[in-house]
Amino acid sequence: MSSGGIDRKRVLFSWAMLAPFLALFVVFVVYPLIQSAFLAANQTFGPGTRTFVGTKNFELLLSDPVFWKSIRNTFIYAMGSLFIQLPIAFLLALALNSPKLKGRGIYRLIFFSPQLMGLVFVSILGALAFEKRAGLINQALDAARINDLLVWLTGNDAWLEPDWLQQHVMATLILISLWLYVGFNMIYFLAALQSVDKSLMEAAEIDGAGPWGKLRHVVFPSVKPVATFVILLSMIGSLQLFELPYILLESSGGPDNKGLTIVMYLYQNGFDLGDLGFASAIGWVLALILIGLALVQVKLTRAQEVSS
Amino acid sequence: MSAGQRKVSKWALHTTLVVLAMITLVPYAWLIIASLKGQDDFFSAIFLPPGDGVFGIGWDKLSLDNYRNLFDLGFSVNLVNSVFYSATTALFATLICAATGFVLAKHQFRGRNLITLVVLGALIVPPTLLLAPGYELLYDLGLLDSAWGLLLPLIAPAFGVFLFRQAVIQSVPDELLEAARIDGCSEWSIFFIVVLPLVRPMIGAFMLITFLGMWNNFISPQIVLQSADKQPLSVAISQLRGVYKTDYGLLTAATVVSVLPVAALFLFLQKQFISGLTSGAVKG
Repeated sequence: MSSGGIDRKRVLFSWAMLAPFLALFVVFVVYPLIQSAFLAANQTFGPGTRTFVGTKNFELLLSDPVFWKSIRNTFIYAMGSLFIQLPIAFLLALALNSPKLKGRGIYRLIFFSPQLMGLVFVSILGALAFEKRAGLINQALDAARINDLLVWLTGNDAWLEPDWLQQHVMATLILISLWLYVGFNMIYFLAALQSVDKSLMEAAEIDGAGPWGKLRHVVFPSVKPVATFVILLSMIGSLQLFELPYILLESSGGPDNKGLTIVMYLYQNGFDLGDLGFASAIGWVLALILIGLALVQVKLTRAQEVSS
Repeated sequence: MSAGQRKVSKWALHTTLVVLAMITLVPYAWLIIASLKGQDDFFSAIFLPPGDGVFGIGWDKLSLDNYRNLFDLGFSVNLVNSVFYSATTALFATLICAATGFVLAKHQFRGRNLITLVVLGALIVPPTLLLAPGYELLYDLGLLDSAWGLLLPLIAPAFGVFLFRQAVIQSVPDELLEAARIDGCSEWSIFFIVVLPLVRPMIGAFMLITFLGMWNNFISPQIVLQSADKQPLSVAISQLRGVYKTDYGLLTAATVVSVLPVAALFLFLQKQFISGLTSGAVKG
């Protein structure tokens, strides 16, 4: 056999291996992606009923107060992830990083475990636990007399039996997400902390650095790449929050749309009302926000690499 | 720091960890006990209902009735569906992504760089953008309310190709492939006999991640599947809540049934899962 025959065989093999992926990728990713651009310029009443409306979807979208409410809610949730959840996850990782700590494997497993339940099932558990009368949270607050304290502090009788799912939707969402994601993000930070160069730590110690000095000059710089990755991942996930509020609020946005997120707004318009065009317009706005975030992250990482 | 201070800070650390561990674990205990309780006992006690049994607890008030009711409602069909969808997705996604990742990493042919670029570019497309056009496409193809419509879009994830491409570049040396060729191995047997065993850690991690991802997937089956007997647990349980909103026993039992198989699977394969989780972020 000539070497040309072998080459041809190998090329054929390559394409045979690629074929299943390429076929599915073109049909279910590339084609819908192109269609989403066309759809965004149309109004539909269910699939297969397009009416061209030009840029009207985007005009309607940007002038809809419900959309801005969904943006606001989604960003509040994302800020909760960034400023509450990730710092706690990092502190936990620091606490568990000491090899001398007894039971760190067990702690790691315990803190990670809610992730195993999965978002949907955690949402069901959360809905039951934050239920007004029989829920775990209110019964525990009652048993510990914390609700009396809250009433005394705020002078508001509503704290006797707080209606979490109706009155304090965003707080409830953030609390549940803490339970679910702190341990998950802790795993990333732990992995990063374990890759901190031991000789650098020793050198800092010899130079007389205290615990804070070591943290600032050795730990933070080495954890930074992972931290930016975790922040990006967490922001991308937070901005696409859907299942948790959808299940807690039983597919509505809650009273006065208090818990409506961007993807819920997309879902309501596309799948409850059947306007896939409007839903695509929302999808594009969300995509632009996410891609913008990713670009900022890439830029920050580049700047870091150049400066170091 | 003095020895006394060190002792105090150590004590504070341990207390904090124990409290946080309790906060994490108590909801599980509540969930499991709730699934065994009768409706009336929800208001008489947070956890175990009082009675005249050992420790002053009404053990006789606990039963598996909620589970019985749950399966009488046909929940086992949804359990089977979840297992089927998750296992199928994990198997095919792994095969397809491993094959594609390998070829993109090790074979020379025209168009390779373009394909690699497009696949990597697809990683930034948020899946929510494809919901509306994807739904319209499934409608046009007549695949709505079918397992095909649910699975076909999910068994070729671009990020899987990315992961396997990385794994092959890292752990499959070119010399080995050349040696196998010289020994007369066909390209197919090189893939199955040489390459796949070398990327076994990634296969384990990726299968587990895709399995869990499908098990917990809600929005795809919610949009694609309408018939109750085709739905996986995630959708079935949310509809159960819509109908039996205040039947805490039934809903907690459904949650336990939905979570238990996955928790068991994870406990068996913990190490692989965690290493797979961090493989994108940290080397080694």
